[in-house]
Formats: sequence, structure tokens, C-alpha cells
Amino acid sequence: MSENSYLRTGCDVAWCPGCGNFGILKIVNETLQEMELDPRQTVVVSGIGQAAKTPQYLNLHFFNGLHGRALPAATAIKATNRNLTVIAESGDGDMYGEGGNHFTHCIRRNPDLTNIVHNNMVYGLTKGQASPTSPHGLVTPLQVDGVILEPFNPIAVAIALDASFVARAYVGHADQTRAILKAAIRHRGYALVDILQPCVTFNKLNTYRWFEEHTTPLAADHDHTDKIQAFARACENDPLRLGIFYQNEKPVFEDQLAAYLDDSRPLFERRVDLNKLAETVRVMG
Amino acid sequence: MQDGTPENSTVKDANDLEYVGKAWQVTYKDVKHAEQRASQAISETIALIHADDTREITLVISGEAGQGLQTIAHILARMFMNGGLHVLAVSEFMSRIRGGSNSVTLRAAHRSVRALNEHIDLCVLLDKKALQRLRGRCAADTILIGDPAIFVDEMGMFPLPLKELSANIGGAMYNNSLVCGYITRLIGWELSHLEIALTRIFTDCDLLAKNCAAARVGWEYGVDNSGRCSIPPCEAKPGSILLDGSQAVALGAVAGGCTFISSYPMSPSTEVLTHLAKLAHAHGIIVEQAEDEISAINMGLGSWYAGGRAMVSTSGGGFDLMAEGLSLCGAIESPMVIHLAQRPGPGTGLPTRTEQADLEIARYSGHGEFPRAILAPGSPEEAFTCTAHAFTMADLSQSPVIILTDQYLLDTLYDLDPFELPDTAPGSRIIATTEDYRRYAPGPDGISPRGIPGLGVGRVCVDSDEHDDEGCITEDFDVRISMVDKRLSKLRLLREDLALPPRLYGPAYFKILIVGWGSTAAVVAEALEQLQPVATSFLHCIQIYPVSKAISDHLHRAKQIIVIENNATGQFARLLKAETGCAVSREWHKYNGLAFSVDEVVELLRQEVEL
Repeated sequence: MSENSYLRTGCDVAWCPGCGNFGILKIVNETLQEMELDPRQTVVVSGIGQAAKTPQYLNLHFFNGLHGRALPAATAIKATNRNLTVIAESGDGDMYGEGGNHFTHCIRRNPDLTNIVHNNMVYGLTKGQASPTSPHGLVTPLQVDGVILEPFNPIAVAIALDASFVARAYVGHADQTRAILKAAIRHRGYALVDILQPCVTFNKLNTYRWFEEHTTPLAADHDHTDKIQAFARACENDPLRLGIFYQNEKPVFEDQLAAYLDDSRPLFERRVDLNKLAETVRVMG
Repeated sequence: MQDGTPENSTVKDANDLEYVGKAWQVTYKDVKHAEQRASQAISETIALIHADDTREITLVISGEAGQGLQTIAHILARMFMNGGLHVLAVSEFMSRIRGGSNSVTLRAAHRSVRALNEHIDLCVLLDKKALQRLRGRCAADTILIGDPAIFVDEMGMFPLPLKELSANIGGAMYNNSLVCGYITRLIGWELSHLEIALTRIFTDCDLLAKNCAAARVGWEYGVDNSGRCSIPPCEAKPGSILLDGSQAVALGAVAGGCTFISSYPMSPSTEVLTHLAKLAHAHGIIVEQAEDEISAINMGLGSWYAGGRAMVSTSGGGFDLMAEGLSLCGAIESPMVIHLAQRPGPGTGLPTRTEQADLEIARYSGHGEFPRAILAPGSPEEAFTCTAHAFTMADLSQSPVIILTDQYLLDTLYDLDPFELPDTAPGSRIIATTEDYRRYAPGPDGISPRGIPGLGVGRVCVDSDEHDDEGCITEDFDVRISMVDKRLSKLRLLREDLALPPRLYGPAYFKILIVGWGSTAAVVAEALEQLQPVATSFLHCIQIYPVSKAISDHLHRAKQIIVIENNATGQFARLLKAETGCAVSREWHKYNGLAFSVDEVVELLRQEVEL
């Protein structure tokens, strides 16, 4: 481990040997190192699940809240102190299932945060049930006759909602994933990075080998400012495309709030102006 | 913001919460002062009821939704206040945007009025269904006013041909001002009183001119009945303000240093969010309409974590959705302020009516065991002080504080003196973290100095999993026990040091103690004032959980305890029995969706208490 590592030492890591989460943790650490992000100004927000334990292993501030609820907390943290770099990181069940409503509305809000989703197409911590992204027919302890629901396509949904940055990566391709993550963190606005990863314990279908065989980079001439083209690529299921599908610079949520119109300070530096309040009481009454 | 040095983050004394260093010294004494001011404001409210001039008028305007009853109520309430009267305007309305049959009741008097009587002096009927609903409250001396085009066969009604009169002045949209003009004449007041009130309501010049013209038409039409239901104006009290409960909560939030509110609209909690949205720019508050209540409370917790002072405003069903977030609040020891505006349930219930049936969800919702406080204001003054205090309480105890109001209190308009504002602007007790900072380090009363990311050099880690003092996940059984004990030990602060005291109305030596909470306060106080029963007092509980020693002491001194509450099963009575061991001998309940009236409580006293 290099000197400026963001990894916490001495942790009892709760992941299975060979889990794709290890690769993602390594890639996140290397990305932060390359970017030299100030660890004192960086917050990782997560929900619950195996992926959501990632902040435990990073030497950064963290808010490890409720299953599915990372995005509301992350949005508010960024809005409350715009100097912070905020990363919301959890699994596919957390972000797209339990947190599905927050996922769609967070995209509409467009806060300046990076949303990393560990997508292994299965539930790990609760032992192998289907996740929103599980493929048709996947047999699980609960979906005993195979999954009959249509898999959730986060990339297509995000583009449809005009998310300001939409990318898919695969943990097996570390260089490309690091490059995508760097672009996502640098991007001002909501940035989705869906990272494909295998679950070596519960998903015997979507293995490292399966991902190698069923993914391919977006074409070199892919125009990520073209929403229709991006949506077309997002709808392709086999092979799954990897790369930055769509990027669209637009105003971020927190900058448009009335609270920042003529006061740029973070909320913790503010105090109510009692003279102004007295005037407010008079006017309202 | 504080520039704390490492030693500033330590706690000096287990008993007084006075922290070392510049950063912390401002704090605890200020809280005490705020409480004294709060209780003073409350006692002043009560003192006002004793004014000796008993002249008063109760007037009801009834009509369909969309006919502008709220506007009429605002215009007349302001006119009464400007005319030196005290006034109360209570709305009861159906859950619909148009049609139905709604009413507003205005009670105006020379002494302070904070509760409703049943009897109506003047009743304006803008729709046909209203008469049936209001007949029980009308007596032989009630003046009924209606459009003869609607009430063809009704005998003895004062005709006010609105359709005909408004035809030449722009049509039905000016009916409200026309009605106000007519009423102004009936109570024997000059038109100028009304015109001043209209000036305040209508800021657009053209609209103001047209409404003044309509008011004149109504006023002139009333010439034959001038002063038929008279109450003289007197000199206006300078500085009086007219506010409803929602505005009082919103202003209390600003006074408490609120910098963030996220909520999902739900009657009757929405107005607090609406008022704060209007104040967002001037007071630098982040206001966000969340996609659901789950998001709202998780945003609130995120904001406190990053240094905001957050609040959510919701009602029963929305609060149910927040239960998991409330539990998270307990787990990560975050401060949080929750405004829970009650309406009748279960399910969707009666969305626009009132009830006090969510005490038990406020007390028990959220899995696991963790401390919380519940404050139940009984007047706009108390709504203001409770909300402001809730922020201090939440911040100091690092726990959720719930302000439990109801539709009746929130939607009722009151005249009042301007709120006394705090001397110093409140701020969060946050520290600049050091390299070795541990978010859950042991401290007196279970309080760990609270750091935020981006202030200082330490790591601020919070986790909903059971965690050690650094915030890291643990399943160590000993750490588990110490963390549970740490969290629960914060309850002492809420029960003792930070508790808001109850108010006792009536003699200090009593045999019978009537106990209430929240919006029943003014009704019971006025009923007791009217009857003056022997050795009977009323204890109005403002902080209803944790139950303070002061409440418990009063209860233990009573020979007989009667608990009055706006619900069907006696939720507060149950809580008091469990917390104090006192027996409750009688319970007075009401759960038809309306608040108690003074007459109802007078009747209960007559039947069940020795006079």
C-alpha cells in the first residue's frame, strides 16, 4: 500500500474471498490517490448491504445510513456544505430496489455527487435472492423457478431522466473503471457509475468469465453528448456496453437553492439574523 | 462555527453540560433563559383571559370550498384586531378543493379569546347545505344571513342578494368583500375599519379598489340593520400581530436556528413548509420538497451530519414512513426536529379535521430503544417557543425532538403580542475535530462532542450498524452494552435539564386535577374560569415525554385525576399511568374530528365535577 493510501488499516473485511467488491475498493482507492482528493473534505455515504460496507474500509468521513437511503442523505450533505466532495456508494438492491424512488428523483435534482453502484445482479447480505438487475431465469433460493421480472436497466433509466453523467464499468477492467470514476468525480452534477461485478457466492451465472464474454466498450466514436445515441446503446443487453454513455452539463441542485443566492457559506457557519426575524414576524403578522 | 482546539472538545463537568473553551460556553445558560422566557410567555397568555369586559361576538361564515371563506376570515380577523378586539378564527373544512360545505367561526371580544363557544350570534350562509349543519349552534337570537335566491322559503333570514348586488361590480369574485362590508355595518362599525384590513390583504391596486367598492356596496346595503349585532371597537393595541399555528411553528423554527427543511406535502403539516419556503431567501434556509417522507427525514439527518439544523414537517401517515429514519436518528445519535401535525386516522382518516391520536406513534415509533422528546404546544406562543426550543434540545441531547401539534392549532388564526425573540442567535454545539477524534467517545450523560466533516482534521464516521466509539461496525457484546447504555443515558437531559415545565391553571392546592396536553389548553382554561369549581385545577402538559418530575409531582398531589384529550382511547392517560403509577379516575374523550368547545367542557365539568 502506498503512502497516501485512502484505505483504512487493520479492518476485518466482511466480504467473501474473491468478491468483486475487493476490486472496486482497490479501484476507488487508486482513483482517489491519483486525484489527490482531500480526505478531510470527502464524505462517502452508503446504505446497507455488502457493497454498502465499503466506507468502513476507507480512511474518509462516512455516513453509513439505512438500506436504500444513501442518496437523500448524500444530497443533503452536499447541499449543507458545498465544499465537500460526496460519493454515494451501495449495491444494486440498495440503489435500484429499496432506494428506487430516491434514485429517480436524485437524478432529477442533479446534486453534485458521484453515485457508485456495485452491480452484481444478486442480493449478497440476505443470501442470494434476486436483485432488480437479476437476469430473466436466474434461479435463487427465493425465485425457485427463476426470475420472471424484467431486469431494471439503470443506464437507460438514468439517460431517460436526463441524468447529467451516466457510465457503466466492469471491475475486471481496472484502467477503464478508474478513468470513468475520475471523470465522474470531476463532473459537476449527479454522476452514475454502475460497476458490474460478480458475486462469487450467490450468482453462479454472472461470473468473471460471463462478464468478460458479455461486455464490450462503447465504440471509439460514441458521442456521449447525443442523448438518443446514448439511449440506443443503453438498451443493448448483449453484449453490455462499457464506458461513458451520456454527459450533459447543467445547473446543479444546491447552487440553485435560495439559501445560496446571496450567501455562499456552508450552513454551519450561519446564524439567524434576529433583527431580520423581528421584521419577518412583523410582516407576517 | 467554532475554532476549537483539541482540548476544547472535552467535557468538563458531568452535571452542568458546560463545555470548556470559547466554543461551548455560550450554550447552556442561554437555554435556561430561553425556557424562562417561554414559560413567561405562556403565563401571560393565561393572564389575558381575566380581563373583565365580557362583550363578545361569535360569527360564522359558511360556504362551499372555493368560495373564499379563508379570505373572509383573514379580512375580518384583521379588521377586529385593528379595531382593538381580540380575535380567534377557526376553520373547519372538508377534504376537497371545490364544493362541499365548510365554515369559519370568528370569535371577537374585548378580552383575550383563545377557544370556541358553540353559540352563534351572526351566521352568514353562502351555500344551502350549511344551514342544516349549523342549525344546532343557532338559537332564537342568532341572526341568519343568506341570499334569497338560494334560500327561497327560509323565514326570518336577513336577505343579502349577493348575486344581484355583485352583478354590477364584477361578479361573484367580489362576494367576499361585499359580505365583509355587510357584516361591518351589522356590527355597527365604520367602513374605514374594513378598508384598512382590505389594504393589508390586497396588495394589487386595481384589485384593492374593486374590493373596496364591493365592500361599500355591502356596507350600504346593510343600512337598515346597522348595529343590529353590535360590539364597539376600541383603541388597537400597537404591535399586535395575527398569526395561525403553522406560522408560529415556522417562525419558531427560524428562531431556533433552522437552516434546512425537507418535507413531503400532507395536510395539515404542509403550511409550515410553505411558510419556510417564503423565508428561505431572507433567512438562508434550504427548503426542499422531498420525493417522499422517507427521503425527507434522511435528508434531514444528512444535513445535521454536515452541520445543518434540520427539521421535517409531516402528518400521521408521513410520520409512519419516517419511523425507520427516526430509528436511524437514535442509532447515529443525530439531533433532529420533527413537526408532527395530527389529523384523525387510521389510514387517510379525516384529512382536514383534528385529533390528538398520534401521541403513541410519536412515543413508540422506530425500532429499537433510544431516547426522544415530545413537545405539545397549546397556543401559538407555545408553538413558537416549543419549536425554537426543540432545536436546542435536539442539538444538546443529540436526539430526535418531536413537536406534536394538530390541525386545530395549526389552522386557527389568533391575535397576539409579537414573540419575544432570543437575545443571541442559537448555533449548534459542534467542535473542530482533532486527528484522534472519535464520534462516539464516552461523555457525561452519554453526550459525545459532535464533529462535522470539513471542520477540523478528524474523521466523522456514523453508522446505523452497532458501532464502536469511532463509528466502526462491531458485534462485540461489551461494546454493544456500553453503546446502548450511552444512548439511553441521554434521556436524563431530556427529562430534567432541558425539559419544558407544565402549566398549572387554578389554585395551587387542589383535590381534582384535570390534565391535558397540546391544543386543549385554552378550552379547559376558559371553562374553569367560567365555572370556578371547588379545589379543581388544570395541568397543561407541554412536554409530554419524557414525563418530567414536575408533572409527576402534581399528579401525586391530586385526589382525583381527570385526563382530557381529543382521541378515543386515552393515549396520554395511558402514558401517565405507566410513567407515574398514578391512577386516572376519569377520561374525557372527543374523536368526531373537531376540537372541544368551551361549552362541551363546561358541560362535562357540570356533570362530573363538584361545583
